[in-house]
Amino acid sequence: MKHLFFCLILLSSQLCVGAEYISEQDFISQSFTNSPTMKSIWLKGDRQEVAKEMLGHRYPALRLRYWMDGTKSAWIMNEIGKEKPITIGVTIEGDKIERVSILAYRESRGGEIRHPFFTEQFVGAGLKPNADLGNPVDGIAGATLSVRAVTNISRFALYLSESTASEFAIGQVSH
Amino acid sequence: MVQMQSQKIEQLENQLTESQNRLAEAQQRLNTATDAHAISIENQSVIAATRQELEATIESVELAMQEDNTANRNTTLGGYGELHYNNLDKGSAIDFHRYVLFLNHQFADNLNFYSELEVEHSIAGEGKVGEVELEQAFVQWDYSQSHNFKFGLFLIPLGILNETHEPDTFYGVERNTVEKNIIPATWWEGGFGFNGELAPGWGYDLAFHSGLNLDADNASASKRSSIRSARQKVGKANAENFAATARVSFSGYPGLRVSAAFQRQSDLTQDDDDNVGVSGIGANLYEFDVQFQRNMFAFRALYAKWDIDSGINQLNEGADEQVGWYLEPSFKLNPKLGFFARYGSYDLLASNSASASEKKQFDIGLNYWIHPRVVVKMDYQQQDNENGTDNDGFNIGMGYSF
Repeated sequence: MKHLFFCLILLSSQLCVGAEYISEQDFISQSFTNSPTMKSIWLKGDRQEVAKEMLGHRYPALRLRYWMDGTKSAWIMNEIGKEKPITIGVTIEGDKIERVSILAYRESRGGEIRHPFFTEQFVGAGLKPNADLGNPVDGIAGATLSVRAVTNISRFALYLSESTASEFAIGQVSH
Repeated sequence: MVQMQSQKIEQLENQLTESQNRLAEAQQRLNTATDAHAISIENQSVIAATRQELEATIESVELAMQEDNTANRNTTLGGYGELHYNNLDKGSAIDFHRYVLFLNHQFADNLNFYSELEVEHSIAGEGKVGEVELEQAFVQWDYSQSHNFKFGLFLIPLGILNETHEPDTFYGVERNTVEKNIIPATWWEGGFGFNGELAPGWGYDLAFHSGLNLDADNASASKRSSIRSARQKVGKANAENFAATARVSFSGYPGLRVSAAFQRQSDLTQDDDDNVGVSGIGANLYEFDVQFQRNMFAFRALYAKWDIDSGINQLNEGADEQVGWYLEPSFKLNPKLGFFARYGSYDLLASNSASASEKKQFDIGLNYWIHPRVVVKMDYQQQDNENGTDNDGFNIGMGYSF
């Protein structure tokens, strides 16, 4: 038994580091070729109403930071799976998702959502008129709530990206 | 000459006065400008301080918003429940089948406590139909990014429903009879275990835990050999012999999960022959299940088989082999409405061909999710039991989880 215990410890690559897979800085630098501008958007009025529709609750912040370069934007948000917040990064080019990454996962089960075989399903997805994702997303058995969290945050990021783009189009400043 | 000098002096005096006046004006303007500059600097300081205060206020409000979010608290509460109405050949009943509370606590980022307390059938106590049961109470140490260690009272890693059984996550009002009688879900034991990921999509579970204990002197033969009735539920449980469970699963393809599990029970009698002269019965459980979802279609299948030492046949002939399986295709018309069909069979005396003990069941029904975590269910069940005790009818239920 003792041997088994130590073997399992040796299997692990990083001891006692929690479940943070990508740092915020790495996610941003991997998302952009040039250095992006950091901006922030106020989550007020309609935006929180949309959050309630898409996430089932108001997003727990007054502002949200995001990064932008040309028509590309990157968003980092937390959303609860079953009990714990999952840190999700979404990169959007124009009105389509370019990349979804799980920066940190804290639930006891369902960590498979961080793997590319799951997150690649979001690439190229836009927002349909009924606010659903353009791409169908197949779930992971036993991780239904985590899958739902990633899907909902992807939808919300697409909405915010569209929302900020339309603000700039009419000459307003969002930060 | 003197007059000319006087005029010149007067002229110079006038020029001096004029210059002094100009200098005074300039000095006054300079003073005003200096004051304005000072005011400007002061205003900038005030603005900067106000900005800092505003930023601090926003951050405090945002922190309060996040703390107000249950997920950020160290101690969290959750639960699920389900109300069932059964209208079957054996009679009708309405039952608040399960009321469950989860209470979890985070000691540190990588050290968590999980618990599940359940009231079954609404009322518990001496002579009452229900029970109060502690189904989970364990500490999990995430000692690395992909591997965990847990100890305490936990659900056995077997089957589809044993670990994930919130009513909004499966079809059918009642849990399927195969997992109920063969696995037997819900099944929990005390001990310790490891789980984690060996490679992307490849998961494992390895648990060492308390064992089953057959009720060998029960007057009912079916109870004597029943695996479900042998669960001790970790209540002053006989621990002469332990058991071990291992499972490997693959979920490396979207929508797919395949699992294979094995369990070894070293002695189903716990060295206690209950004065019937039967003890030392070892047993192996083999279990295989598949879950697949593609767009609106989904499919579940499970096969499980107990291979038990032949000594159990002295308690009930044919009980050394207990086996069951089911297939369950389903289709979601939209995110709120889904339909399913299930066909399965189980036999608790499978090695005795004369026992007429095989039970087949066909179910068909629907789930309507009012909210992603609140569901209303309806189904029709048709049994085809070899012993002729069919129990057909319909079921209606509601369930929730949070």
